[in-house]
Amino acid sequence: MIKHHLLFAGKNLIRMVLLLFAVSVVTFALVSASPIDPLQANVGQAALGAMSEEQKEKLRSYWGVDTPPVERYLNWMTDALRGDLGTSLLYRQPVTRVIAVKLSNSLFLMGIAWILSGVLGFLLGIIAGVFKGRLADRAIRGYSLLIASTPAFWLALLLLMVFTVWLKVLPIGLSVPIGVEASGVTFLDRVRHAILPAATLSITGVSNIALHTREKMIDIMASDYVLFARARGESTWKIVLRHGLRNVLLPAITLQFASISEIIGGSVLVEQVFSYPGLGQAAVAAGTGSDVPLLMGITLITAAIVFLGNFAANLLYGAVDPRIRKGGRPK
Amino acid sequence: MNSLQKKKILEIRELSVSFRQYADKRGSRQTSLPVISKLSVSVGEGEIVAVVGSSGSGKSLLAHAILDLLPYNASVSGSMYFQGEPLDKARIRALRGNQIAFVPQSTTYLDPLMPVGGQVSRTRKDKEKKEKQRKIFQRYGLGPEVDGRYPFECSGGMTRRVLLATALMGDPKLIIADEPTPGMDLALAKKSMEDFRAFADEGNGVLLITHDIELALETADRIAVFYAGMTVEEAPVADFASEETLRHPYTKALWRAMPQNGFQPLPGFQPYVKDMPKGCPFGPRCSGYSKGCQGEISMRRVGNGSVRCAAYRDGMSGSAAGQADESANPRAWAEAEAPGA
Repeated sequence: MIKHHLLFAGKNLIRMVLLLFAVSVVTFALVSASPIDPLQANVGQAALGAMSEEQKEKLRSYWGVDTPPVERYLNWMTDALRGDLGTSLLYRQPVTRVIAVKLSNSLFLMGIAWILSGVLGFLLGIIAGVFKGRLADRAIRGYSLLIASTPAFWLALLLLMVFTVWLKVLPIGLSVPIGVEASGVTFLDRVRHAILPAATLSITGVSNIALHTREKMIDIMASDYVLFARARGESTWKIVLRHGLRNVLLPAITLQFASISEIIGGSVLVEQVFSYPGLGQAAVAAGTGSDVPLLMGITLITAAIVFLGNFAANLLYGAVDPRIRKGGRPK
Repeated sequence: MNSLQKKKILEIRELSVSFRQYADKRGSRQTSLPVISKLSVSVGEGEIVAVVGSSGSGKSLLAHAILDLLPYNASVSGSMYFQGEPLDKARIRALRGNQIAFVPQSTTYLDPLMPVGGQVSRTRKDKEKKEKQRKIFQRYGLGPEVDGRYPFECSGGMTRRVLLATALMGDPKLIIADEPTPGMDLALAKKSMEDFRAFADEGNGVLLITHDIELALETADRIAVFYAGMTVEEAPVADFASEETLRHPYTKALWRAMPQNGFQPLPGFQPYVKDMPKGCPFGPRCSGYSKGCQGEISMRRVGNGSVRCAAYRDGMSGSAAGQADESANPRAWAEAEAPGA
């Protein structure tokens, strides 16, 4: 039994290492192929022209322009294996520290959006699936399809216009008030600044989960066992409680954990619109500014989060689905 | 006439079920696909009535129609009565699971994620119900360890027994059993049939839907023979003792196909609903087929049973009439058009 679990964990660990390795290679290859000249992008054309050849040489070696890509990758790799992700070229701080700060900002945002969109999408999907074809279903489906075809950044701009520009009830951007000392920032301030970006992420996240849950719920309501439950006189409400929730939970878990990657992807755009200093914004800055160590670090950490999310879903199946829980047990 | 005097529990008259379908791929035109047409069957107190038919004759849909479980694109016509009163949707909903119990056909009718004990007792707290469930399980050789098992941990035969147990949990007046025995061994199948018998003997009714004519002959009191969505004959089991006492050519062919009666197969196959012949669906396979069989044919009472055959004359049905000379047929038709003649 224990051996079985260790084997499972070991296999997944190897998978994760391989995945991270592949992600690092692809990211590095893409950055190397990027046409952005780090000197021009970060120093500016005018300043560059005013510099002496010696200064330019210094900058070139700072950004690593003259070193061949393979050598640079191997350098990064040997350090990374020792746990050193390097120093961010833009922030001039260790990459790990930059990521820690940005991630804690983003996790707050993404956590709220993840839970909110999961719970709301699940409930709406069940209602739509049970009352397929009725008014509630048509309303929920209409909303979901509309939102699913709306770009997240456009929705973010819309919310900004309504709540910040017209109604003036919420701050326009950033994660803390401007001109206030770090010690003077209250938790409530942080929440107020997170509302709009979190709402944008939640609203867009709901539609996908609701539509998938609805589809699954329709299958369940048309299944033989629901038919039999009806034949035994169970009401629709009781059927949903006794059989519906139980059976829709498994696909819902898959969806919920698969949506982590979508929320991370969405947060890049949304944080940009709200100037929210999170991981997404840092990723954009690192990409356009050729901050290779930071970009590599962010890519690796997000890949690891998505992988761990899927891994958690796998573990949860084992706990929720008796066919996996009991079926895997040697008799 | 014995069955007529008994109080009827369930009576179905000329039930028809059809499905609305899109006729072409573009989905612009809807057509109606009749799957059951003119089905008549009744179950009296203390009776087991078997509906016998081959695969694809619409047997399961009959059960679903009685219990109002058909999908939304189905439409039902005809009349149904339960204990003398019309059975409409509202009444079905009140009765099912309560006075009308259903034993479904396939093992997929159990929730795959719920232990079977809970699915049968439908409770977690109610001690009385749990005890009753345990007792019924015990009767069918399902030990206490089965209660906590999930359907995927039960064998096919065990699942059948669990499904059977669900019907006996309530206090029904009528059990509708859709192929309850496949997967059971002979002893268990016999036992469950004995249970149906005992249940019926208490003044209740059983509608047994099956393709197994042997099983039907052994347990049922009356048999309704189903062909391509139509009842062609309804007869007491005693009439199956010899070919002569049977009325419809299809029933006779069925009789001849049984191992002890010669094992003669009937050539041809049941028509698919989309290319149903006019009039008698059995026509193309019947040796007594004539022009008279192409019209509307109604059910006629003959002795203790009834038959839907245009060529039927007392003691002689289509196949026998067909052997007579051609001129005999118009007369047979004329007879058929005047019911009760």
